[in-house]
Amino acid sequence: MKIHEYQAKQILAQYSVAVPRGEVIEQADAAHAVAEKLGGTVVVKAQIHAGGRGKGGGVKLARSPEEAAQIATRMIGMNLVTRQTGPEGRVVRRVLIEEGLDIARELYLGLVVDRASGRPVFMASQEGGVEIEVVAAERPEKILKEYIDPSVGFQAFQARKLAFGLGLEAAEVNAASKFFAALYRAFEATDASLAEINPLIVTRDGKLVALDAKMNFDDNALYRHPEIQQLRDLNEEDPLEVKATDYKVNYIRLDGNVGCMVNGAGLAMATMDIIQYAGGRPANFLDAGGGASEEQVRHGFEIILSDPNVRAVLINIFGGIMRCDVVASGVVAAARSLGVKVPVVVRLEGTNVELGQKILRESGLNFTVANGMKDAAEKVVRLAGNN
Amino acid sequence: MSILIDENTKLLVQGITGREGAFHTRQAVEYGTKVVAGVTPGKGGTAMDGIPVFNTVEEARRKTGANVSVIFVPPPFAADAIMEAADAGVPLVIAITEGIPTLDMVRVKQFLMGRQARLIGPNCPGVISPGKCKVGIMPGSIHRKGHVGVISRSGTLTYEAVGQLTALGIGQSTCVGVGGDPIIGTNFIDVLRLMAADSETHGIVLIGEIGGSAEEEAAAFIAANVKKPVAGFIAGRTAPPGRRMGHAGAIISGGKGTATDKIAALEAAGIHVAPSPALIGETMARALGASAAR
Repeated sequence: MKIHEYQAKQILAQYSVAVPRGEVIEQADAAHAVAEKLGGTVVVKAQIHAGGRGKGGGVKLARSPEEAAQIATRMIGMNLVTRQTGPEGRVVRRVLIEEGLDIARELYLGLVVDRASGRPVFMASQEGGVEIEVVAAERPEKILKEYIDPSVGFQAFQARKLAFGLGLEAAEVNAASKFFAALYRAFEATDASLAEINPLIVTRDGKLVALDAKMNFDDNALYRHPEIQQLRDLNEEDPLEVKATDYKVNYIRLDGNVGCMVNGAGLAMATMDIIQYAGGRPANFLDAGGGASEEQVRHGFEIILSDPNVRAVLINIFGGIMRCDVVASGVVAAARSLGVKVPVVVRLEGTNVELGQKILRESGLNFTVANGMKDAAEKVVRLAGNN
Repeated sequence: MSILIDENTKLLVQGITGREGAFHTRQAVEYGTKVVAGVTPGKGGTAMDGIPVFNTVEEARRKTGANVSVIFVPPPFAADAIMEAADAGVPLVIAITEGIPTLDMVRVKQFLMGRQARLIGPNCPGVISPGKCKVGIMPGSIHRKGHVGVISRSGTLTYEAVGQLTALGIGQSTCVGVGGDPIIGTNFIDVLRLMAADSETHGIVLIGEIGGSAEEEAAAFIAANVKKPVAGFIAGRTAPPGRRMGHAGAIISGGKGTATDKIAALEAAGIHVAPSPALIGETMARALGASAAR
């Protein structure tokens, strides 16, 4: 799960990670008072989940409360387009107003779980403000890494290695060690999957502050963090994907016109791939779960058919232990109750497959029965093209 | 021969009295797997279909000699169940549970270091040695005893591949689902090493997907160590970057872990890559040559 910058900074502050003083507002007329309270130059930052806000015009300096109010008025409600939002952009509903700081150096600091070692790893680099992927691709030797032993946690020597490696002054190393340790505590306590401070700044008076902050959380661990679940911003998500999560269906919207419903994530990806291989374009990823019950299928249909681009639907169920006649009855009942109009190609595999196909053929609905994935993909792509 | 499980497997089911645990225990027994014990804390002393249920894995192992444990425990308690099995000295632990928090698995991995237990999964369909033993949730009926090993991060996509092999008359020695999570106990290379050394395995199907670098590492290992023919498939050519495709581990992040990169790595290692998921079986058949391994 993703959250906004201002929410990440609030969490980090609870764990004693230094963040700039600031306040988030939803009404532009509150900007003047906030800027006045902070004093001096302030920064107005659009709060959307996508990155690249600075280049897109979502981060502006204001030298007076009046200027802050003008910027906030322009920014709140604007459609911000960045390289991560896609051309459609995102509507800015809130801005974060923060104190301006005197920056001496910009560094990068990130914490993720490393898949290969199975451990959290700190990554740090002297190139703050630059995307870590760019540094990793072009100058991998510039990235410092410290793997954390989960049985003892992040150690002081590791903090010193990072701090000296970043070229910090001896006088700054203590503060840096405290900053790193606090960030690790926040990461571990919240079941984060990413905590990224980019840039981490050193101010002219030698303080370390998280100028920007990004936190993502492990969806599998949200059940034990109700306070983090509440930070979810549905405005930042595709409405169909929100509906899918309510139904406990894994759905991701894409831009093609062949809808697909599959049981299992790997087979669902492979089904998207074979639609493309057959010359079509998938409209979505949809994993209805291993079971493919009538209720799951109905929910899947509802979501797929809410996408106006969908011209035909492919249902690919590898029943395995489930009987195909049961799956087929569920598909028929779901399609009938929803009044499905677009052509539907169904590929079933498993026990009683002939009986399942017979149920589909005799349903009187617009079903095309397919044998195997290749046949199914070719049929659905042809139907989508004709419809 | 086969790897990991066979007719000598004595299976313990953790979470045997739950809905999933009970259902798949019955399926395993029907397939011929020797299920010797179940564990559900608080239900010790009872039995399910005549299988004795114990309160702890330690007691179950001591009294039944179980040598493999399969985990059907819900996600909040699954990490604990894996560690309990490892602590009781069970040499092979197969975790089916989907949805275990990543940091729980970080701790499990640490706990397993220096212990005997090998962990397969979590978030996997399990392991089957056709005709001998089935531990997991895969449908036994689609398999056929034979000489091709199958390794995969996925569930139903593995069944798809196995179905294609069986339809072509190509049987399987052992099929291993390593799991779709970012942190798993046994990786592709661990299984490849076992299959390379198994005299009954004549060819290998490797099914990968986007995210991480396990396929690239497997490709390098195969190029250096595996003489047997290998067929591969990578799911997710059409997956958008930055989105988690169902499996917690299936995500292209920072431009890393794309299907294109993985396919290139497999091809560079001399692996026959199926261009379409409908051609996995045929690709293996071609790799095996006209007559071998039938």
